[in-house]
Amino acid sequence: MNGLRSPGVPILRLGDVLVTGLLNELDDRTAIAFTEELTERISAEGARGVLIDISRLEVIDSFVARTLMELTTVARLLGARVIVAGMRPPVAITLVELGIELVGVETALNPEQGLAALGWRQAPQPLEGARRGTAR
Amino acid sequence: MALPGESTLASHGPKRPARAESRRPPAPAAYPVRTEEDLLTVRHAVRAATIAVGFGLVDQTRVVTAASELARNAYVHGGGGTVTLDYPREPSGRRGLRLTVKDEGPGIADLEAALTDGFTTGSGLGHGLGGARRLMDEFTVRTGPGEGTVVVVTRWAVR
Repeated sequence: MNGLRSPGVPILRLGDVLVTGLLNELDDRTAIAFTEELTERISAEGARGVLIDISRLEVIDSFVARTLMELTTVARLLGARVIVAGMRPPVAITLVELGIELVGVETALNPEQGLAALGWRQAPQPLEGARRGTAR
Repeated sequence: MALPGESTLASHGPKRPARAESRRPPAPAAYPVRTEEDLLTVRHAVRAATIAVGFGLVDQTRVVTAASELARNAYVHGGGGTVTLDYPREPSGRRGLRLTVKDEGPGIADLEAALTDGFTTGSGLGHGLGGARRLMDEFTVRTGPGEGTVVVVTRWAVR
């Protein structure tokens, strides 16, 4: 399993925040490779926050849950805060029934709110007079 | 050809193929669980089966998640096995989806402990078996040293 990369799981950098997402077809090896790559990127780029969009995940079983918890713990040890955003409502219901609390994992309703919680700001809005198409 | 309980559904006039298909459950099918890729194949098959039975989105997610846990158990603890899907129907016409997850592994030494949250001998969280029981309507386990393990779970459609 050494040297595996996680194709299809891009990790973007926005300032000091890394933004990434999990795909539904997450198998065990991809999950492990993703964890390793994200950990390296946090360290190499001095990221202080990580946003993981999970809105594509249709199933979170105990393996994926464990991956998310470990990822969060490892990132915290490196000094980065992880927010998992966009969990589908049926997935949330199922996780509760499964008995998994995702201990220690911060969540947000969607990526925008997750980024806001991480302190990431949009570029300053254009001045009021410079906006187009707002008068209606 | 109509099965009991299908006549009312059949009276709704012309159907799109998807609905016609959903009236007649697919034949039982068995899927091997020998590799990690097989785990994904099982999830896909179970998702398709839940849709064929007419489950809502939450029930689909419950059943696919339970299947994922049980198939993983068979793969990790049982050294591989099979997942069989079939489509029971109650006399009332209520439809269901049943998963039979079978392995020829060493069996579960202490079933009560294995059903307790947090108990694990593998890489999971120890919620697999107990969690699958909570996600499904019916749950039985037959296991013993040298006999392997058979878990049978059923979820019934609402209505």
